Amino acid sequence: MSEQLIIQLLVSGLGMGFIFALIAIGLTLIYGVMGVVNFAHGEFIMLGMYATYLAYVTWGVDPVLSLPLVVALMFCFGLVVYYVLIRRVLQGSMQSQIFATFGLMVFLQAAAQFVMGADYFAVRNSWLSGVVKLDGVVLPVPHIAAVVGASLATVLLYLLVFRTSVGRQLRAASQDAQAAATLGINGSLMYAFAWGIGAACVGVAASLLANFYYIFPRVGAVFVLLAYVAVALGGFGSIHGALLAGVLIGLMQVVIGFFVSSELKYVPVYLLYLAVVLVRPRGLFGRS
Amino acid sequence: MIQTTSSPSRAPLVALVVVGAILLLLPLVIADRPFELRMATLVLLFATMGQGWNVLGGYGGQISIGHGLYFGLGAYTSAVLSVKFGVNPWLGLPLAILVPTLYAVAIGIPCFRLRGHYFVIATLVVAESMFQVFTVWDWVGAAIGLELPVRPDGWLNFQFHRDKTPYYYLALGLLAVVTFGIWRMGQSRLGFLLRAVRDDEEALRSLGFSPQVYKSIAMAISAAILGAAGVFHTQYVLFVDPFSVLGLHLSVLVALFAILGGAGTLFGPILGAAILVPLSEYSRVAFSGSGRNVDLLIYGFLIMVIAVYRPDGVIGWLSRSAGSRRRAGASMKGQGQ
Repeated sequence: MSEQLIIQLLVSGLGMGFIFALIAIGLTLIYGVMGVVNFAHGEFIMLGMYATYLAYVTWGVDPVLSLPLVVALMFCFGLVVYYVLIRRVLQGSMQSQIFATFGLMVFLQAAAQFVMGADYFAVRNSWLSGVVKLDGVVLPVPHIAAVVGASLATVLLYLLVFRTSVGRQLRAASQDAQAAATLGINGSLMYAFAWGIGAACVGVAASLLANFYYIFPRVGAVFVLLAYVAVALGGFGSIHGALLAGVLIGLMQVVIGFFVSSELKYVPVYLLYLAVVLVRPRGLFGRS
Repeated sequence: MIQTTSSPSRAPLVALVVVGAILLLLPLVIADRPFELRMATLVLLFATMGQGWNVLGGYGGQISIGHGLYFGLGAYTSAVLSVKFGVNPWLGLPLAILVPTLYAVAIGIPCFRLRGHYFVIATLVVAESMFQVFTVWDWVGAAIGLELPVRPDGWLNFQFHRDKTPYYYLALGLLAVVTFGIWRMGQSRLGFLLRAVRDDEEALRSLGFSPQVYKSIAMAISAAILGAAGVFHTQYVLFVDPFSVLGLHLSVLVALFAILGGAGTLFGPILGAAILVPLSEYSRVAFSGSGRNVDLLIYGFLIMVIAVYRPDGVIGWLSRSAGSRRRAGASMKGQGQ
């Protein structure tokens, strides 16, 4: 196997990996702050992809330019979901929380199909299309953009969470909500913020994905299942864990998809997850 | 007022007899109406599946979103035995129940080490990997699935082509047996220990019991019921494919029926299926041809509303409002004296 091939696999693996990582970080951030798993996270991806697509075909705004817009839109959507739905089940049992977000998943999927139909759409001939040839290495531009964009977004997110006052408050609320409240941190605001940021992460991932992936009502399921695995593998609530596991899973599924079977590329990832939690039930970086 | 509310203990028995009689006689009314008969059969089938889920999820408190897997394994085992080996469905039944049961127990060994959301995600992952394996496994028809050979009409072959009423009675019988079994289980030591697993695992452990063992037993019972339902489904539609018997939506629906009705209650899953299946079927017909999934739109909305306002299900709501009526009656009586 040639060097070119290794580079190609590495780039598309890292591209997918950082996208999984972004989605997983959004999930784990929400979980870390309030202990809720968002089962509608995949549908957030779907909404972000449709938004990118619609901006492109109706106003001719290229995905590169609409990215900040999509991210802002998703941030607001996250806030709305928190205030309209999640806030009302926070005091409830785990099962009512699971089913609230499951209901949202079913609802958003059906709503997308209601409005857009079941057809597959694609963003064609955007700025980020085509391939780059370097020394015999053929690299699809959208994959390079995914690596650059998603890793950049991850860095920004890290700065936000670990270097700003808002991030400190978020982490405080996630470590001990009551102690944080006595220090004057508004818990409900932090919860809303976690949903906003979680959805915004997905917005970045969706906008990058829209350049090279088909858009249809169920598209979220493809990505989110692996994001759940990344979150559980990394340890619920751990941002480092989600990042590491997301990138690992992205690389794994690309390599397995190339060498073994493209239909079964996810199964070894699932097996790896089961093997890890068998040894470490809390995942790689989970708190006990 | 006191007369009407003073015999709450006999009320469930009366209700049971009335509902039982209605279910037994229902085909007299709808036997020549295929749509209603099919829907009634589906309600019974889904109620059975919900009961199965409820053993582990409701009584044992282990939320699984992968129970479609055991339904699918039962359905596939029955289909494979019939198509590949020409085995009579009745003779194949024990094996078709055994396969998902053993698989579930094996899966339980790693998964029951996990708690809370880790367990939920693990059930999801296990079911989804099996779904993907079946979509590429050529021997069982891969994504296309298997079609069962059509055999002469009759109880011996478990196939009824002209009059579908026997399917209805088979589903009713299965549900009755399962419900009776779960009722007995609920009153037994096992039922008590299972609820203890749900309510306080540590306390149970400190008393010297192994929660893992009781979770595994619940998982086995649960999977066996789902497997039996899968066999019925295969013989009813004479066809299996990964999407229709192993799809993720099934796992979600099964849990949903139980939770909507009331998780951990005997009649919750039946009530849940009786409400949601007709809702889905009628809205599908009402908006048919639009291809716009209005039924799922309503479903999703309803799930959110229930999660927010009735998290303990319809049964919990009914019994609570009945309880407050009784209390209101009692306090009125007190004021009168």
